[in-house]
Amino acid sequence: MKKLKLKELESCLQQVDTFENPKLLLEQYPTRPHIAACMLYTIHNTFDDIENKTIADLGCGCGMLSIGSAMLGAGFCVGLDIDADALEIFNSNIEDFDLTNVNMVQCDICSLSDSMSDTFDTVIMNPPFGTKHNKGIDMIFLKTALQMAKTAVYSLHKTSTRQHIQKKAAEWEVKMEVLAELRFDLPASYKFHKKKSVDIEVDFIRFSAKKVLN
Amino acid sequence: MKLLTHNLLSSHVPGLRPGGGFPLRIEAAEVRVRPVPFNAAFVSRLVPRLRWDALREAAESLGRPSELPPEPTPGYEDDEEFLRRLHHVLLEVEVLEGSLQCPDSGRRFPISRGVPNLLLTEDEA
Repeated sequence: MKKLKLKELESCLQQVDTFENPKLLLEQYPTRPHIAACMLYTIHNTFDDIENKTIADLGCGCGMLSIGSAMLGAGFCVGLDIDADALEIFNSNIEDFDLTNVNMVQCDICSLSDSMSDTFDTVIMNPPFGTKHNKGIDMIFLKTALQMAKTAVYSLHKTSTRQHIQKKAAEWEVKMEVLAELRFDLPASYKFHKKKSVDIEVDFIRFSAKKVLN
Repeated sequence: MKLLTHNLLSSHVPGLRPGGGFPLRIEAAEVRVRPVPFNAAFVSRLVPRLRWDALREAAESLGRPSELPPEPTPGYEDDEEFLRRLHHVLLEVEVLEGSLQCPDSGRRFPISRGVPNLLLTEDEA
């Protein structure tokens, strides 16, 4: 497989179609191509957790992270999301990019619990931050991801929640490493945002699944 | 839905016995076979973690009973013919329309345009 450069990956990801009408309650906003490309490039080059691996993308939305993983040589990716409209766009993205090793499943991540334990090598996700009417949803995603992954979970979390996550990671006996601090410019795609975009600080974190520590 | 995905999914209807809800029974109305680039290293790595009986059962339910041996052949890592057959069943055969049925509760989940919908209603969850 041809080795993709970071810039090439980013420009490919700029072709990924995203939400037509983002849903406020689901905290739908696309992972920006630049951020997605940097994340995936690090996961691939520093940790080798993509090539020939099975990958799950929880709360995949229109599939930015799954599609990027597939481009970097993932063995197989499954995107899981609750929203049929997002998956519809994901489906047409897969067709446009002619990717043959990606599948989608419509389900509520919050109700999976441990029904899919140890099913994937790697989980890569940009979960809802739990800032709307769904406090704590970020931690439910994380716990489910840790149960699903055999090797590692890569996730984005608000920097303001870092201490809380560290406490939980210790409780769950998983190793946690903040790989980067990002500034997320959430576009003002929701009506209640008065400014053009809202900057928030976000941590890009790697969690080693507990089985590695045992 | 490819059969690799099927091999990873279980029903999560509340109240099932531990380890229940697997394998989901496939009722296929439309199946597509589409070529996928063969990656021997990847397929070989999958073998030890596949739930083999469930995979054979799934292949059988799609009318492909003889494509897989009763168990992985010893030394499969170097058996290209075996790996190619497995690759075909896992990745090239896809259920586009149909449903998945939970073996314990009987609950049916629709598959539409290749995407299984495992959402539960509020009453069920």
